[in-house]
Amino acid sequence: MDQGFRLFPKEASTIAPQVDLLYFFLVAVTAFFTLLIFVAIVYLALRYRRKSEAMPPETKTDLRLELSWTIIPFLITLVMFGWSTRLFLKMSTPPKNAMEIHVIGKQWMWKIEHPNGAREINELHIPVGRPVRLIMSSQDVIHSFFIPAFRVKQDVLPGRFSSLWFEATTPGEYHLFCAEYCGTDHSRMTGRIVVMEPAKFEAWLAGVAPDETPAKQGEKLFTTYGCMACHGERGPTMAGLYGSTVSLADGSKVVADEQYLRESIVNPAAKVVAGFEPIMPAFQGQLSEEQIVRLIAYIKSLRTAAGGEANP
Amino acid sequence: MNMTMTGTPYTPAKMPESSYLTDGYSLRSWLLTKDHKRIGILYMVSLTVFFALGGIAAIIMRLELATPAGDLVRADTYNRLFTVHGIVMIFLFLVPSIPAVFGNFLLPLMIGARDLAFPRLNLLSWYLYMLGGIITVGVVVGGGVDTGWTFYTPFSSTYSNSNVVWTVAGIFVAGFSSILTGLNFIITTHKMRAPGMGWFRMPLFVWSMYATALIMLLATPVLAITLALVGVERIFGVGIFNPALGGDPILFQHLFWFYSHPAVYIMVLPAMGVMSELVTCFSRHRIFGYEFVAFSSLAIAVLGFLVWGHHMFVSGQSVYGGLMFSALSFLVAIPSAVKVFNWTATLYKGSISLQTPMLYAFGFIGLFTIGGLTGLFLASVAIDVHVTDTYFIVAHFHYIMVGGAVMAYMGAIHFWWPKLTGRMYPEWWGRFSALLIFAGFNLTFFPQFILGYLGMPRRYYSYAPEFQALNVMSSAGATILGLGYVLPLAYLLWSLKYGAIAGPNPFRAKGLEWTTASPPPTHNFAEIPIVTEEAYAYHDMDAETDGREVVAGEDRP
Repeated sequence: MDQGFRLFPKEASTIAPQVDLLYFFLVAVTAFFTLLIFVAIVYLALRYRRKSEAMPPETKTDLRLELSWTIIPFLITLVMFGWSTRLFLKMSTPPKNAMEIHVIGKQWMWKIEHPNGAREINELHIPVGRPVRLIMSSQDVIHSFFIPAFRVKQDVLPGRFSSLWFEATTPGEYHLFCAEYCGTDHSRMTGRIVVMEPAKFEAWLAGVAPDETPAKQGEKLFTTYGCMACHGERGPTMAGLYGSTVSLADGSKVVADEQYLRESIVNPAAKVVAGFEPIMPAFQGQLSEEQIVRLIAYIKSLRTAAGGEANP
Repeated sequence: MNMTMTGTPYTPAKMPESSYLTDGYSLRSWLLTKDHKRIGILYMVSLTVFFALGGIAAIIMRLELATPAGDLVRADTYNRLFTVHGIVMIFLFLVPSIPAVFGNFLLPLMIGARDLAFPRLNLLSWYLYMLGGIITVGVVVGGGVDTGWTFYTPFSSTYSNSNVVWTVAGIFVAGFSSILTGLNFIITTHKMRAPGMGWFRMPLFVWSMYATALIMLLATPVLAITLALVGVERIFGVGIFNPALGGDPILFQHLFWFYSHPAVYIMVLPAMGVMSELVTCFSRHRIFGYEFVAFSSLAIAVLGFLVWGHHMFVSGQSVYGGLMFSALSFLVAIPSAVKVFNWTATLYKGSISLQTPMLYAFGFIGLFTIGGLTGLFLASVAIDVHVTDTYFIVAHFHYIMVGGAVMAYMGAIHFWWPKLTGRMYPEWWGRFSALLIFAGFNLTFFPQFILGYLGMPRRYYSYAPEFQALNVMSSAGATILGLGYVLPLAYLLWSLKYGAIAGPNPFRAKGLEWTTASPPPTHNFAEIPIVTEEAYAYHDMDAETDGREVVAGEDRP
């Protein structure tokens, strides 16, 4: 991280130059109107400064003028809205092939877990040129995962997953900040993002990988907590569940994503699968954030095992 | 003080023999007064104390931030400082400021009434405000609170180890003061206008008070309920916001911003009302586009209720929800732009005098324009994702609230000071401190826009070294700004004894408040005036009498 004085942040993700372009457009509009008002006030104040006590003549309101300074700003904001909306939709749609990394925020650190089980604290190593999707949750209060050089930020909430994606373009080290005030050491809940060339990244990842993947650890939990008793035969099967469309008892359909799986573990009565009784106990408060993440990793690993086809 | 500059040919050289100020000198005569003018003064004194308290917190914060390391105070202390700064400045200064002081003092005078509709309720509002304020100050003395003024859950409802319950109790109580003031203003405006004072003859300050009162009445109860729910979760452990108890933390944000966004307009609409009075008086011109300025206040009041979700673009609300709020936020910018253009156009062919209140008015237009335009960055979701919760936000809302609301409050103090006290402020000191505040303000807050885009998060008490240069500029600016606020306190107090005697209308302004003596008699008008002309009819003004013939029975000096 270069610590020198600067007036503009580095651009290190695919989205950053696009955000900056819109930013420059807005800066230009702001500068134009500020200057316009400033010049108008200074000019008028000097041109019509009080020279006598005589009252100045009346001026009539001009409807054309009123309408034009209502409609023209409206049109300009419409352009801004359209531009920003297109960009935001792009920013909120992660590419399908993104590599998925789990992030858990807690007072006052970031815990990161790679798909192969490699774990980091307050550091995130990623390869350049490959979309990365972070699946994030908090163990306590609300935090916010903010990488200024990537122009991305997303709140990290307790009790649910939120996600964020980016694709780094330049190797280097960048700031990671917690942007949502979270208590005493909020300003120390920082870290660094290390962007590496793909080959270097693979080497790094292999070097820190543990013996067991999160999915393997999840499988053990699945047995320990007795999930197999029902989800082996009597209950809805887990094979191929992730990513499939599930029909619910109330007639609606829902895609089985991470958020759905989390909810169905901690509060199973919220969405009951059609054709089953709501008899599963709630695991609210009984599983740690890490355990939930691993159980979900296990369920996700069953997608490929079963060919990824839908179940009831 | 050179009186020829203000050009008042008939200004009497003596104070009126009796006025609202001479109507009893005991403490009791002030603490039990039902006179809207005395209640306005009570508010002014208490607001000044709270402003100083919030200001001291800000100065300590800026000192801490002069270096990247956290070295002046502890992290917990810093967190308490920005919390008390926010809570005091917003709930105890900005929200009441112009309505409670100048709304109270001027609303009856401007519409030709003898008092507000409910004088006792008005006094009760001040006591509720003081009770809320004292509870809040008690919290500060008793160890402080560290949630930020936003009280985000589940931090506030479960994790914080500070006096959250007492703080929300203080704000809860002070909120009722707002609600009652709002109620009083609405009914007064409807029922107490003098004969001939039709809706479209009202000064725009009255329109803006009316719009503000609507928001106070409709939004404040939501804040009260929300904060009460935080208290309930904290005390009884009922799961409302904390997901570990089955609650929803985002629900809190929706409820909180449903009040707190309109609250921004509670702070800025009155400032806009003041602006319309200042710009017309010091250019001696009727306002350009009266109806457009009046209705833009109402448009802001209505649209302001529909944009709260723009505080939550990265909170995890739905993408399309975010886009809806983005569109509405762009829309709310339009009426503000309309006002700025109309104030500027009012200058055209006017007779412009650059006295202190006008300098504040120009300062307001400039700073509010920057504050408003930077709001467009935040309405653009794609940019907001990057700058939200950074110093960009801090800069933006200080441009609106300090650059807008406080500049207008200072302008109002100087403009109506002769009406409040019967004496003039010293003009050259006034101009000097107006310029000092403008310069200090920009030096404090402009670097924060750059810091924010660089990525420095708000509420950080230690920060990365590359942010230091801009932070030092900001801290230096804050010192100048602080001095700029101390000066008026000194010379205004001085003027109470030594200021030139003002006379009823030192600025030759239109408006019924200028037709009565300065300071006004207890019952405002000897006879209720009859209004025969629109507001700001400067072109009709008779140079000899300043239009005073419209008021029958007024005591001539």
